[in-house]
Amino acid sequence: MLGQNEQGIKKRMEGRVLINKIMMVLFFLATTVGLVFLALLFYRVLTQGIGYLSWDFISSFPAPYPEDAGIWAGLIGSILLMVIVAIVSVIIGVASAIYLEEYASQNKFTDFIRVNIQNLAGVPSIVFGLLGLTFFVYMFNYGYTLIAGGLTMALLILPVIVVASQEALRSVPSEIQEASYGMGASKWQTIARVILPAALPGILTGTIIALSRAIGETAPLIIVGAATAIFTLPDSLLAKYTVMPIQIYNWTGRPQEEWQFVAGAGIIVLLAILLLMNSIAVLIRNKFQRRL
Amino acid sequence: MDKSLQSGGNRLNVQQMIEQRKQKTSFGERIEKIIPWFLLLCAVVSVLTTVGILFTLLRESVGFFSDVSLVDFYTGTSWSPWSGEYGVAPLIGGTLLITLIATVVAVPLGLMSAIFLSEYANDKARRVIKPVLEVLAGIPTVVYGYFALTFVTPMFQSFIPDLGIFNALSGGFVVGIMIIPMVASLSEDAMNSVPNALREGAYGLGATKLEVVFKVVLPAAFSGIVASIVLAISRAIGETMIVTIAAGATPNLTMDPTQSIQTMTAFIVQAATGDTTFGSTIYYSLYAVGMTLFVFTLIMNLIAQYISRRFREEY
Repeated sequence: MLGQNEQGIKKRMEGRVLINKIMMVLFFLATTVGLVFLALLFYRVLTQGIGYLSWDFISSFPAPYPEDAGIWAGLIGSILLMVIVAIVSVIIGVASAIYLEEYASQNKFTDFIRVNIQNLAGVPSIVFGLLGLTFFVYMFNYGYTLIAGGLTMALLILPVIVVASQEALRSVPSEIQEASYGMGASKWQTIARVILPAALPGILTGTIIALSRAIGETAPLIIVGAATAIFTLPDSLLAKYTVMPIQIYNWTGRPQEEWQFVAGAGIIVLLAILLLMNSIAVLIRNKFQRRL
Repeated sequence: MDKSLQSGGNRLNVQQMIEQRKQKTSFGERIEKIIPWFLLLCAVVSVLTTVGILFTLLRESVGFFSDVSLVDFYTGTSWSPWSGEYGVAPLIGGTLLITLIATVVAVPLGLMSAIFLSEYANDKARRVIKPVLEVLAGIPTVVYGYFALTFVTPMFQSFIPDLGIFNALSGGFVVGIMIIPMVASLSEDAMNSVPNALREGAYGLGATKLEVVFKVVLPAAFSGIVASIVLAISRAIGETMIVTIAAGATPNLTMDPTQSIQTMTAFIVQAATGDTTFGSTIYYSLYAVGMTLFVFTLIMNLIAQYISRRFREEY
């Protein structure tokens, strides 16, 4: 009798172990689906775009024929836009984080700001486009210009920068702050000369990641009117501009197949710049990752 | 002090030095008082942004609803703004169809990836796979749109012959691929925070790894997992470029994924790039649609926050 029972258990055991193995393989395969699609995407973009990628492509303005079209206006536009976005969002974002971490007292108003930032991070980017259209394009009368686009994008990535900076500030050990106070430094002196420098690598990494998200954003810039075809580079904050994703979107929408290859070439440039920014972020993180 | 002694003629007496020192301090004190106000002002910008969004959407929607009645907007089933038909149902339907397809793709794949990474993979594999998976979330959506249109649609067409060039299926599928890392990463965090003692208890009772996953880890991490799914769905609702490029611009009230549809976000892009004159009804309809979209995603985000706060398990 006992033997039978044991045999039954053994049999069931084998089944359970087998199912465990099968499911493990299944879980692994599911994980690879995402990776496979990533690889396919890169392969597809490279094979489609590489033929049209050349120095001429990078340094040319839009053109009516695929062979002559280039991404220069978008490349420079994206870089200029990022400069504006970085300046505005870093100043406001880091200041907000310092306020929330170092000055704000625990009360309803502080909680309100925190919850608000969290919710803002979940607002679809296209809604920020509508905000920019109403305020910057029409109300402030900037029109479809670099500054209108820059301010819209700065507000869009503001929550990311605030949260990243808060984390960086929080990770500064309190011992070195107390040492600073112990030397007779005031609160602001401690923040400016001790806490901020120590938190800087974290803030920089977060900022670069937020900017690399902004450089690929398309929807809000379409709404605030980044041009699809311009033949001069922006020379002031109130100049017309375009960015790489908008040019790519424009090429994608054309019926002739050659334009798909042009779009592919544009995507290679865009992804190369993203890769560059991300490597800088990783580099900063690795270089400064030391225990304080 | 040394300096003042050396520079013979301009010698300061002690009193003057104290005065100077005092002035310096008062400047420092002024800074100490001004800085917090400046910082507060910056922190208020995010609140102003929210107020600005609400103000924008509300004010311009009011302009819209004086032309088109609220009831017609939400109960009408035909969206054809260039001929004056403003029933938003096809846009909402299109958005929900895309979201549904994306969820069907992302939730199983994301959850299974999370289980693999958190329970089965060793440290080395996790450290490689997780960041690579997260690259998916950093790819610009316009690139995904291009990929959906030029690769995924032809791929699907090879086994669904009557699939159009623009269709909900490829759009939704690629949105799903995009949000996999959101589900995977946040769910993995939730599973990782389940203490090992619980797992070991189950192993001690003779459970296999799979049984531990389904009977201990998943229930314990349930709230975190649900929150991650809700957040991912909210992302899918607000996704713009993939659906604009791949799903077409046909406001269709259909649940057939092989059809071309239009989402709320795609309409906003279409109207903003078309010849929409400032102050026209179509211009105002941008905001009414934007408002509807905003409310949808806000509700999802609030639900996610509520779940992760209310059902957080404390170990």
